[in-house]
Amino acid sequence: MGKVKVLLRNPKRELEVEGPIGVQALLRQLGLRREAVLVIVDGALVTGDTTIQEGSEVEVRPVVSGGSGT
Amino acid sequence: MKCRSCGARAAVEVRRHNSAFCPQCFLSYCRNQVARAIDEHKMLQRGERVLVAVSGGKDSLALWDILLDLGYDADGLYIGLGLAGYSEPSGEHARAFAAGRQAKLLEVDLPADFGYDVRTAAAADRRTPCSACGLSKRHIFDRQAVDKGYDVVATGHNLDDEAAVLLGNLLHWDLAYLARQRPVLPAGDGFPRKVKPLVRLAERETAAYCVLRGIEYQVEECPMSAGNRHLGYKDALDAIEERSPGTKAAFYHGFLERGGALGAGVAEEERKGLHPCPNCGAPTVSELCAFCRLVARAAGRPRRRLPVSSGAGL
Repeated sequence: MGKVKVLLRNPKRELEVEGPIGVQALLRQLGLRREAVLVIVDGALVTGDTTIQEGSEVEVRPVVSGGSGT
Repeated sequence: MKCRSCGARAAVEVRRHNSAFCPQCFLSYCRNQVARAIDEHKMLQRGERVLVAVSGGKDSLALWDILLDLGYDADGLYIGLGLAGYSEPSGEHARAFAAGRQAKLLEVDLPADFGYDVRTAAAADRRTPCSACGLSKRHIFDRQAVDKGYDVVATGHNLDDEAAVLLGNLLHWDLAYLARQRPVLPAGDGFPRKVKPLVRLAERETAAYCVLRGIEYQVEECPMSAGNRHLGYKDALDAIEERSPGTKAAFYHGFLERGGALGAGVAEEERKGLHPCPNCGAPTVSELCAFCRLVARAAGRPRRRLPVSSGAGL
């Protein structure tokens, strides 16, 4: 077992989780919906069935934008 | 997971279509969805001059990129909102994109050109910041398009935006807003035509498009939008979509196909009595248009330069 570094946004912060870990398990651990974020592993977009290997750098990027809606 | 089109390793899932795509096929999918929306709703004609409303965020930059790739004559207009710590990087993303694509970017800056920022205007006009921002943007995009001879204004409203607005309009049975909630608003009475070519793409898809295209955009959320009603509607729809992929698209496109009678005649009724604002020439039913009233009220107040909050969310 090793660490996976995770970058979160809004606000920007970093944390570490135990790897390897599946994308869906990571999002569950973070309390996030799949449709609300993109998961970028070592610079590449990945799908929900991907296993993130230890030593990887992950960005969990929110996709929801707000505003007046007009 | 394999790409639905070519069988290569997938990078993006589109759950409402029960599909996944590799990077190249996903980019083609996005362009095809925009081309289909433009065609279905007769948004644009070849040779027309398009003004893209550019915020520096994922939707407007993806839209601008796709319109250019589809061969449209599309310039951008960026409006600086005067939000410290947020407007500067947003403007930089818009400028960097324009430079990279050798596209023309017009700029208007609220503090420099009109003497106010969104926070000040919201307080002075007793509006929410999102309302003051929306009013300012609509007015400036419309006037710039009309004054500079553009045929149409294109905005980056995506499927999630439109579904959330529809939910809000239905919850309040706002027939006037329902009547106007169309992917194309025709020109007339001093307004330019306005189109929303991203209505077939979810915001997760426009974000993925930018990542795959290497387009740098403003990822951090607007500091003024935290807790706004629109985000609450999105959250509610996301919870439904999580369990039933495709619900948002069925909701919004069903409205376009079958909800035309809602608010019928209201839009026409609203446009009766329109006359040019004596101050700026914009169409209005009031003595002075809402934008000129906002500018007048905001001008009487010192600018508010509050620290940017970290916002909500992740």
